[in-house]
Amino acid sequence: MVNYNLNNTNIPDEEAKVWQLLDEVSDPEVPILSVIDLGIVREINIQDKAVEVVITPTYSGCPAMDVITMQIKMQLLGHGYGPVTTRTILSPAWTTEWMTQAGKDKLKAYGIAPPNPKQQVCTPEYFQREESVQCPHCHSYHTTMISEFGSTACKSLYRCLDCQEPFDYFKCH
Amino acid sequence: MNSSLFLYTLHLADNALITGHRNSEWTGHGPVLEQDIAISNIALDLIGQARNLYQYSARIFNDNISDCKRLISSPAFLAVIGDIDEDDLAYLRDTNEYYNLLLAEQTNGDWAKTILRQFFFSVYQQLLYGNLLKSKDAHLSAIAEKALKEVNYHVRWSGEWVIRLGDGTAESNRRMVEALDNLWMYSGELFLSSPYENELATEGIAADLETLKDTWLNKIQETFDKANLQIPPPGWMQQGGKTGKHTEHLGFLLAEMQFLQRAYPNSEW
Repeated sequence: MVNYNLNNTNIPDEEAKVWQLLDEVSDPEVPILSVIDLGIVREINIQDKAVEVVITPTYSGCPAMDVITMQIKMQLLGHGYGPVTTRTILSPAWTTEWMTQAGKDKLKAYGIAPPNPKQQVCTPEYFQREESVQCPHCHSYHTTMISEFGSTACKSLYRCLDCQEPFDYFKCH
Repeated sequence: MNSSLFLYTLHLADNALITGHRNSEWTGHGPVLEQDIAISNIALDLIGQARNLYQYSARIFNDNISDCKRLISSPAFLAVIGDIDEDDLAYLRDTNEYYNLLLAEQTNGDWAKTILRQFFFSVYQQLLYGNLLKSKDAHLSAIAEKALKEVNYHVRWSGEWVIRLGDGTAESNRRMVEALDNLWMYSGELFLSSPYENELATEGIAADLETLKDTWLNKIQETFDKANLQIPPPGWMQQGGKTGKHTEHLGFLLAEMQFLQRAYPNSEW
Protein backbone atom coordinates (compact mmCIF):
# COMPACT_ATOMS: atom_id res chain seq x y z
CA MET A 1 0.00 0.00 0.00
CA VAL A 2 1.69 3.18 -1.19
CA ASN A 3 0.86 6.18 0.89
CA TYR A 4 1.07 8.82 -1.75
CA ASN A 5 3.16 11.87 -1.36
CA LEU A 6 2.99 14.59 -4.00
CA ASN A 7 6.77 14.78 -4.13
CA ASN A 8 7.10 11.12 -5.03
CA THR A 9 9.03 11.04 -8.31
CA ASN A 10 8.72 7.31 -8.89
CA ILE A 11 5.30 7.39 -10.50
CA PRO A 12 4.51 7.91 -14.20
CA ASP A 13 3.79 11.49 -15.30
CA GLU A 14 0.23 10.67 -16.34
CA GLU A 15 -0.59 9.36 -12.88
CA ALA A 16 1.18 12.26 -11.16
CA LYS A 17 -1.10 14.66 -13.07
CA VAL A 18 -4.17 12.93 -11.67
CA TRP A 19 -2.80 13.04 -8.13
CA GLN A 20 -2.19 16.79 -8.60
CA LEU A 21 -5.76 17.29 -9.84
CA LEU A 22 -7.17 15.41 -6.87
CA ASP A 23 -5.18 17.63 -4.54
CA GLU A 24 -7.63 20.37 -5.61
CA VAL A 25 -10.66 18.37 -4.41
CA SER A 26 -11.51 19.39 -0.87
CA ASP A 27 -13.31 17.72 2.00
CA PRO A 28 -16.71 19.47 2.16
CA GLU A 29 -16.71 19.39 5.97
CA VAL A 30 -13.13 20.57 6.42
CA PRO A 31 -12.62 22.55 3.21
CA ILE A 32 -9.03 23.43 4.08
CA LEU A 33 -8.07 19.78 3.49
CA SER A 34 -7.83 18.10 0.12
CA VAL A 35 -8.65 14.44 -0.31
CA ILE A 36 -4.90 13.88 -0.71
CA ASP A 37 -4.16 15.63 2.61
CA LEU A 38 -6.73 13.38 4.26
CA GLY A 39 -5.04 10.28 2.89
CA ILE A 40 -8.27 8.72 1.64
CA VAL A 41 -7.12 8.24 -1.97
CA ARG A 42 -5.37 4.87 -1.90
CA GLU A 43 -4.69 4.11 -5.53
CA ILE A 44 -5.10 5.51 -9.02
CA ASN A 45 -5.35 3.30 -12.10
CA ILE A 46 -5.17 4.90 -15.53
CA GLN A 47 -5.75 3.43 -18.95
CA ASP A 48 -5.67 6.07 -21.68
CA LYS A 49 -8.26 8.55 -20.43
CA ALA A 50 -10.13 6.09 -18.22
CA VAL A 51 -9.37 6.53 -14.54
CA GLU A 52 -10.26 4.42 -11.54
CA VAL A 53 -9.78 6.08 -8.16
CA VAL A 54 -9.66 3.82 -5.12
CA ILE A 55 -10.76 5.53 -1.91
CA THR A 56 -11.26 4.51 1.68
CA PRO A 57 -13.77 6.20 3.99
CA THR A 58 -12.61 7.96 7.15
CA TYR A 59 -15.59 6.75 9.22
CA SER A 60 -18.26 4.19 8.24
CA GLY A 61 -20.95 6.84 8.43
CA CYS A 62 -19.02 9.84 7.13
CA PRO A 63 -21.71 11.81 5.25
CA ALA A 64 -19.01 13.63 3.26
CA MET A 65 -17.99 10.50 1.35
CA ASP A 66 -20.80 10.63 -1.21
CA VAL A 67 -20.04 14.27 -1.96
CA ILE A 68 -16.29 13.58 -2.16
CA THR A 69 -16.86 10.73 -4.60
CA MET A 70 -18.94 12.97 -6.82
CA GLN A 71 -16.41 15.81 -6.66
CA ILE A 72 -13.57 13.48 -7.63
CA LYS A 73 -15.55 12.43 -10.70
CA MET A 74 -16.44 16.03 -11.61
CA GLN A 75 -12.85 17.17 -11.25
CA LEU A 76 -11.44 14.48 -13.53
CA LEU A 77 -14.27 14.65 -16.08
CA GLY A 78 -13.81 18.41 -16.17
CA HIS A 79 -10.16 17.89 -17.10
CA GLY A 80 -10.84 15.61 -20.02
CA TYR A 81 -10.65 12.22 -18.36
CA GLY A 82 -13.34 9.61 -18.71
CA PRO A 83 -14.89 7.32 -17.94
CA VAL A 84 -14.06 7.96 -14.28
CA THR A 85 -14.95 5.31 -11.73
CA THR A 86 -14.40 5.12 -8.00
CA ARG A 87 -14.03 2.01 -5.91
CA THR A 88 -14.31 1.95 -2.12
CA ILE A 89 -12.11 -0.31 -0.05
CA LEU A 90 -12.54 -0.73 3.71
CA SER A 91 -9.41 -2.70 4.54
CA PRO A 92 -6.90 -1.66 5.69
CA ALA A 93 -9.04 0.78 7.63
CA TRP A 94 -8.21 4.47 7.33
CA THR A 95 -6.19 5.93 10.13
CA THR A 96 -5.22 9.51 10.95
CA GLU A 97 -1.60 8.43 10.41
CA TRP A 98 -2.37 8.59 6.70
CA MET A 99 -3.03 12.30 6.92
CA THR A 100 -0.12 14.18 5.33
CA GLN A 101 2.07 16.54 7.33
CA ALA A 102 0.94 19.34 4.99
CA GLY A 103 -2.64 18.44 5.93
CA LYS A 104 -1.88 18.56 9.65
CA ASP A 105 -0.20 21.97 9.27
CA LYS A 106 -3.19 23.30 7.31
CA LEU A 107 -5.62 22.04 9.95
CA LYS A 108 -3.75 23.82 12.71
CA ALA A 109 -3.57 27.07 10.76
CA TYR A 110 -7.33 26.72 10.20
CA GLY A 111 -8.00 26.49 13.96
CA ILE A 112 -8.50 22.72 14.29
CA ALA A 113 -6.02 20.79 16.41
CA PRO A 114 -4.49 18.07 14.19
CA PRO A 115 -4.57 14.42 15.33
CA ASN A 116 -1.89 13.42 17.76
CA PRO A 117 0.42 10.60 16.68
CA LYS A 118 -0.94 7.09 17.00
CA GLN A 119 -2.76 5.55 19.93
CA GLN A 120 -2.62 8.30 22.50
CA VAL A 121 -6.37 8.76 22.85
CA CYS A 122 -7.37 5.26 21.85
CA THR A 123 -7.20 3.56 25.25
CA PRO A 124 -10.22 1.47 26.21
CA GLU A 125 -9.90 2.49 29.86
CA TYR A 126 -12.64 4.63 31.35
CA PHE A 127 -11.93 8.24 32.33
CA GLN A 128 -8.38 8.18 30.95
CA ARG A 129 -7.31 11.51 29.51
CA GLU A 130 -3.57 11.21 29.60
CA GLU A 131 -2.96 12.76 26.19
CA SER A 132 -2.44 16.44 25.84
CA VAL A 133 -3.84 18.33 22.89
CA GLN A 134 -2.24 21.59 21.87
CA CYS A 135 -4.47 24.63 21.45
CA PRO A 136 -4.30 25.69 17.78
CA HIS A 137 -4.79 29.34 18.78
CA CYS A 138 -2.28 30.06 21.58
CA HIS A 139 -0.29 26.78 21.40
CA SER A 140 -0.82 26.02 25.09
CA TYR A 141 -1.05 22.39 26.17
CA HIS A 142 -3.20 23.47 29.09
CA THR A 143 -6.47 22.25 27.53
CA THR A 144 -9.44 20.12 28.50
CA MET A 145 -11.95 17.99 26.63
CA ILE A 146 -15.55 19.19 26.59
CA SER A 147 -16.97 16.32 24.56
CA GLU A 148 -15.54 13.20 22.96
CA PHE A 149 -17.80 13.78 19.96
CA GLY A 150 -17.70 17.18 18.28
CA SER A 151 -19.14 18.94 15.24
CA THR A 152 -18.48 15.88 13.08
CA ALA A 153 -17.80 12.23 13.88
CA CYS A 154 -14.06 12.73 13.31
CA LYS A 155 -13.63 15.54 15.83
CA SER A 156 -13.86 16.06 19.60
CA LEU A 157 -14.58 19.35 21.28
CA TYR A 158 -11.88 20.91 23.47
CA ARG A 159 -11.34 24.13 25.38
CA CYS A 160 -8.09 25.95 26.07
CA LEU A 161 -7.66 26.81 29.75
CA ASP A 162 -5.19 29.58 28.94
CA CYS A 163 -6.77 31.57 26.11
CA GLN A 164 -10.26 30.18 26.98
CA GLU A 165 -11.10 29.50 23.34
CA PRO A 166 -13.02 26.34 22.43
CA PHE A 167 -11.63 24.36 19.50
CA ASP A 168 -12.14 21.17 17.53
CA TYR A 169 -9.61 18.36 17.79
CA PHE A 170 -9.35 15.99 14.83
CA LYS A 171 -9.23 12.84 16.92
CA CYS A 172 -6.79 10.02 16.60
CA HIS A 173 -8.43 7.15 14.74
CA MET B 1 -24.73 -21.26 2.49
CA ASN B 2 -25.67 -18.24 0.39
CA SER B 3 -29.04 -17.86 2.04
CA SER B 4 -27.42 -18.14 5.49
CA LEU B 5 -24.85 -15.52 4.61
CA PHE B 6 -27.62 -13.27 3.34
CA LEU B 7 -29.53 -13.65 6.62
CA TYR B 8 -26.41 -13.14 8.70
CA THR B 9 -25.41 -9.93 6.94
CA LEU B 10 -29.00 -8.71 7.33
CA HIS B 11 -28.90 -9.57 11.04
CA LEU B 12 -25.68 -7.56 11.51
CA ALA B 13 -26.96 -4.68 9.40
CA ASP B 14 -30.37 -4.59 11.11
CA ASN B 15 -28.69 -4.45 14.54
CA ALA B 16 -26.70 -1.41 13.47
CA LEU B 17 -29.57 0.32 11.65
CA ILE B 18 -32.19 -0.15 14.37
CA THR B 19 -29.86 0.89 17.21
CA GLY B 20 -28.68 3.81 15.08
CA HIS B 21 -32.26 4.84 14.34
CA ARG B 22 -33.22 4.68 18.02
CA ASN B 23 -30.23 6.88 18.88
CA SER B 24 -31.13 9.33 16.15
CA GLU B 25 -34.48 9.88 17.89
CA TRP B 26 -32.45 11.78 20.52
CA THR B 27 -31.14 14.30 18.00
CA GLY B 28 -32.35 17.68 19.19
CA HIS B 29 -33.61 16.20 22.47
CA GLY B 30 -30.38 15.25 24.29
CA PRO B 31 -30.00 16.25 27.95
CA VAL B 32 -27.17 18.67 27.08
CA LEU B 33 -25.84 19.83 23.74
CA GLU B 34 -22.56 17.89 23.90
CA GLN B 35 -24.30 14.61 24.66
CA ASP B 36 -26.95 15.26 22.04
CA ILE B 37 -24.08 15.53 19.56
CA ALA B 38 -22.39 12.44 20.99
CA ILE B 39 -25.43 10.17 20.64
CA SER B 40 -26.15 11.57 17.18
CA ASN B 41 -22.56 10.83 16.12
CA ILE B 42 -22.88 7.28 17.42
CA ALA B 43 -26.11 6.99 15.42
CA LEU B 44 -24.20 8.13 12.35
CA ASP B 45 -21.44 5.56 12.88
CA LEU B 46 -24.02 2.79 13.24
CA ILE B 47 -26.02 3.81 10.19
CA GLY B 48 -22.73 3.91 8.27
CA GLN B 49 -21.97 0.36 9.37
CA ALA B 50 -25.48 -0.64 8.36
CA ARG B 51 -24.91 0.81 4.88
CA ASN B 52 -21.69 -1.16 4.39
CA LEU B 53 -23.43 -4.34 5.50
CA TYR B 54 -26.60 -3.78 3.44
CA GLN B 55 -24.51 -3.09 0.34
CA TYR B 56 -22.92 -6.48 0.89
CA SER B 57 -26.31 -8.15 1.57
CA ALA B 58 -27.67 -6.65 -1.64
CA ARG B 59 -24.75 -8.07 -3.59
CA ILE B 60 -25.30 -11.53 -2.12
CA PHE B 61 -29.00 -11.26 -2.96
CA ASN B 62 -28.44 -10.14 -6.55
CA ASP B 63 -25.86 -12.89 -7.15
CA ASN B 64 -28.08 -15.62 -5.64
CA ILE B 65 -31.62 -14.59 -6.40
CA SER B 66 -33.05 -18.12 -6.42
CA ASP B 67 -31.69 -18.83 -2.91
CA CYS B 68 -32.51 -15.47 -1.38
CA LYS B 69 -35.76 -14.29 -2.94
CA ARG B 70 -37.88 -16.86 -1.09
CA LEU B 71 -36.68 -15.37 2.22
CA ILE B 72 -38.53 -12.09 1.73
CA SER B 73 -42.22 -11.88 1.04
CA SER B 74 -42.93 -8.18 1.48
CA PRO B 75 -44.92 -7.15 -1.63
CA ALA B 76 -43.15 -3.80 -1.81
CA PHE B 77 -39.76 -5.52 -1.84
CA LEU B 78 -40.81 -8.09 -4.43
CA ALA B 79 -42.06 -5.30 -6.69
CA VAL B 80 -38.53 -3.92 -7.13
CA ILE B 81 -37.49 -4.19 -10.76
CA GLY B 82 -33.93 -5.32 -11.49
CA ASP B 83 -31.13 -5.44 -8.92
CA ILE B 84 -31.98 -4.52 -5.34
CA ASP B 85 -29.86 -2.10 -3.32
CA GLU B 86 -29.20 -1.08 0.30
CA ASP B 87 -32.25 1.21 0.41
CA ASP B 88 -34.62 -1.53 -0.73
CA LEU B 89 -33.39 -3.71 2.12
CA ALA B 90 -33.83 -0.98 4.73
CA TYR B 91 -37.12 0.51 3.57
CA LEU B 92 -39.09 -2.28 1.95
CA ARG B 93 -38.83 -5.26 4.29
CA ASP B 94 -41.62 -5.95 6.78
CA THR B 95 -41.20 -6.43 10.54
CA ASN B 96 -40.95 -10.23 10.42
CA GLU B 97 -38.15 -9.91 7.84
CA TYR B 98 -35.97 -7.88 10.17
CA TYR B 99 -33.41 -9.94 12.10
CA ASN B 100 -32.08 -7.49 14.68
CA LEU B 101 -31.72 -8.26 18.37
CA LEU B 102 -34.76 -7.43 20.51
CA LEU B 103 -32.44 -5.24 22.58
CA ALA B 104 -31.87 -2.91 19.63
CA GLU B 105 -35.53 -2.05 19.10
CA GLN B 106 -36.43 -1.31 22.73
CA THR B 107 -37.69 2.24 23.19
CA ASN B 108 -35.33 4.97 24.35
CA GLY B 109 -37.05 5.60 27.68
CA ASP B 110 -34.94 8.02 29.71
CA TRP B 111 -31.24 8.75 29.25
CA ALA B 112 -30.35 5.88 31.64
CA LYS B 113 -32.20 3.30 29.55
CA THR B 114 -30.68 4.56 26.30
CA ILE B 115 -27.21 4.52 27.85
CA LEU B 116 -27.55 1.00 29.19
CA ARG B 117 -28.93 -0.32 25.90
CA GLN B 118 -25.97 1.28 24.10
CA PHE B 119 -23.48 -0.11 26.58
CA PHE B 120 -24.78 -3.70 26.32
CA PHE B 121 -24.91 -3.39 22.56
CA SER B 122 -21.51 -1.74 22.09
CA VAL B 123 -19.64 -4.26 24.22
CA TYR B 124 -21.38 -6.98 22.19
CA GLN B 125 -20.44 -5.34 18.90
CA GLN B 126 -16.87 -4.86 20.05
CA LEU B 127 -16.46 -8.58 20.77
CA LEU B 128 -18.37 -9.64 17.67
CA TYR B 129 -16.44 -7.42 15.27
CA GLY B 130 -13.18 -8.35 17.01
CA ASN B 131 -14.01 -11.96 16.28
CA LEU B 132 -15.07 -11.23 12.68
CA LEU B 133 -11.60 -9.85 11.93
CA LYS B 134 -10.65 -13.52 11.58
CA SER B 135 -13.69 -14.38 9.44
CA LYS B 136 -12.99 -16.39 6.31
CA ASP B 137 -15.29 -13.96 4.51
CA ALA B 138 -12.99 -11.12 3.48
CA HIS B 139 -15.88 -8.66 3.07
CA LEU B 140 -17.16 -9.18 6.59
CA SER B 141 -13.70 -8.89 8.09
CA ALA B 142 -13.06 -5.61 6.22
CA ILE B 143 -16.36 -4.14 7.43
CA ALA B 144 -15.56 -5.29 10.97
CA GLU B 145 -12.06 -3.80 10.85
CA LYS B 146 -13.45 -0.43 9.82
CA ALA B 147 -16.28 -0.46 12.36
CA LEU B 148 -14.27 -1.71 15.32
CA LYS B 149 -12.35 1.53 15.65
CA GLU B 150 -15.61 3.43 16.03
CA VAL B 151 -17.15 0.90 18.40
CA ASN B 152 -14.19 1.25 20.79
CA TYR B 153 -15.25 4.86 21.29
CA HIS B 154 -18.88 3.84 21.81
CA VAL B 155 -17.94 1.34 24.52
CA ARG B 156 -15.91 3.87 26.43
CA TRP B 157 -18.48 6.65 26.10
CA SER B 158 -21.46 4.48 27.17
CA GLY B 159 -19.47 2.68 29.90
CA GLU B 160 -18.44 5.99 31.44
CA TRP B 161 -22.09 7.08 31.48
CA VAL B 162 -23.14 3.82 33.16
CA ILE B 163 -20.61 4.58 35.91
CA ARG B 164 -21.58 8.25 36.19
CA LEU B 165 -25.27 7.48 36.56
CA GLY B 166 -25.02 4.25 38.55
CA ASP B 167 -22.56 5.77 40.99
CA GLY B 168 -24.10 9.25 40.86
CA THR B 169 -27.06 10.43 42.93
CA ALA B 170 -29.82 8.33 44.49
CA GLU B 171 -32.08 9.41 41.64
CA SER B 172 -29.62 8.54 38.85
CA ASN B 173 -28.91 5.17 40.50
CA ARG B 174 -32.64 4.46 40.77
CA ARG B 175 -33.04 5.14 37.06
CA MET B 176 -30.14 2.86 36.13
CA VAL B 177 -31.59 0.06 38.26
CA GLU B 178 -34.93 0.55 36.53
CA ALA B 179 -33.24 0.48 33.11
CA LEU B 180 -31.50 -2.73 34.09
CA ASP B 181 -34.83 -4.27 35.14
CA ASN B 182 -36.26 -3.33 31.76
CA LEU B 183 -33.38 -4.46 29.55
CA TRP B 184 -31.68 -7.42 31.18
CA MET B 185 -34.20 -9.94 29.82
CA TYR B 186 -33.10 -9.00 26.28
CA SER B 187 -29.41 -9.73 26.93
CA GLY B 188 -29.71 -13.52 26.75
CA GLU B 189 -30.49 -13.44 23.05
CA LEU B 190 -27.15 -11.84 22.25
CA PHE B 191 -25.38 -15.18 22.70
CA LEU B 192 -28.11 -17.53 21.52
CA SER B 193 -27.10 -18.67 18.04
CA SER B 194 -29.67 -18.78 15.27
CA PRO B 195 -29.50 -21.58 12.66
CA TYR B 196 -27.74 -19.28 10.16
CA GLU B 197 -25.13 -18.25 12.75
CA ASN B 198 -24.49 -21.89 13.65
CA GLU B 199 -24.01 -22.86 10.04
CA LEU B 200 -21.64 -20.00 9.29
CA ALA B 201 -19.70 -20.38 12.54
CA THR B 202 -18.86 -23.98 11.57
CA GLU B 203 -17.43 -22.64 8.34
CA GLY B 204 -15.35 -19.98 10.09
CA ILE B 205 -17.41 -17.12 8.63
CA ALA B 206 -19.57 -16.04 11.57
CA ALA B 207 -18.47 -15.51 15.14
CA ASP B 208 -18.96 -18.39 17.58
CA LEU B 209 -21.15 -16.55 20.09
CA GLU B 210 -20.67 -19.05 22.91
CA THR B 211 -16.98 -18.07 23.12
CA LEU B 212 -17.85 -14.37 23.53
CA LYS B 213 -20.37 -14.66 26.32
CA ASP B 214 -18.00 -14.81 29.30
CA THR B 215 -15.92 -11.90 28.05
CA TRP B 216 -19.10 -9.85 27.64
CA LEU B 217 -20.27 -10.71 31.16
CA ASN B 218 -16.84 -9.87 32.60
CA LYS B 219 -16.85 -6.45 30.99
CA ILE B 220 -20.37 -5.76 32.27
CA GLN B 221 -19.39 -6.99 35.75
CA GLU B 222 -16.22 -4.90 35.82
CA THR B 223 -18.16 -1.78 34.81
CA PHE B 224 -21.06 -2.49 37.19
CA ASP B 225 -18.57 -2.86 40.07
CA LYS B 226 -17.58 0.75 39.50
CA ALA B 227 -21.19 1.81 38.94
CA ASN B 228 -22.74 0.41 42.10
CA LEU B 229 -24.97 -1.91 40.07
CA GLN B 230 -25.56 -5.66 40.31
CA ILE B 231 -26.03 -8.16 37.53
CA PRO B 232 -29.51 -9.68 38.11
CA PRO B 233 -29.80 -13.35 39.11
CA PRO B 234 -30.48 -15.81 36.25
CA GLY B 235 -34.08 -15.53 35.08
CA TRP B 236 -36.38 -15.60 32.06
CA MET B 237 -34.78 -14.32 28.87
CA GLN B 238 -36.66 -13.13 25.80
CA GLN B 239 -35.66 -14.29 22.33
CA GLY B 240 -36.84 -14.24 18.72
CA GLY B 241 -35.39 -11.15 17.04
CA LYS B 242 -32.77 -13.11 15.12
CA THR B 243 -35.49 -15.13 13.42
CA GLY B 244 -37.91 -12.28 12.81
CA LYS B 245 -40.13 -12.50 15.90
CA HIS B 246 -40.15 -9.04 17.45
CA THR B 247 -41.57 -7.01 20.30
CA GLU B 248 -44.34 -4.59 19.35
CA HIS B 249 -41.86 -1.67 19.30
CA LEU B 250 -40.21 -2.58 16.00
CA GLY B 251 -43.41 -2.14 13.98
CA PHE B 252 -43.84 1.44 15.20
CA LEU B 253 -40.20 2.22 14.49
CA LEU B 254 -40.39 0.87 10.94
CA ALA B 255 -43.70 2.61 10.29
CA GLU B 256 -41.98 5.93 10.92
CA MET B 257 -38.66 5.10 9.28
CA GLN B 258 -40.17 3.54 6.14
CA PHE B 259 -43.13 5.87 5.69
CA LEU B 260 -41.69 8.06 2.97
CA GLN B 261 -40.44 5.26 0.73
CA ARG B 262 -43.65 3.28 1.18
CA ALA B 263 -45.95 6.24 0.49
CA TYR B 264 -43.82 7.78 -2.29
CA PRO B 265 -41.77 4.92 -3.80
CA ASN B 266 -38.30 5.87 -5.06
CA SER B 267 -38.53 9.47 -3.93
CA GLU B 268 -35.18 11.19 -3.38
CA TRP B 269 -34.04 14.48 -1.99
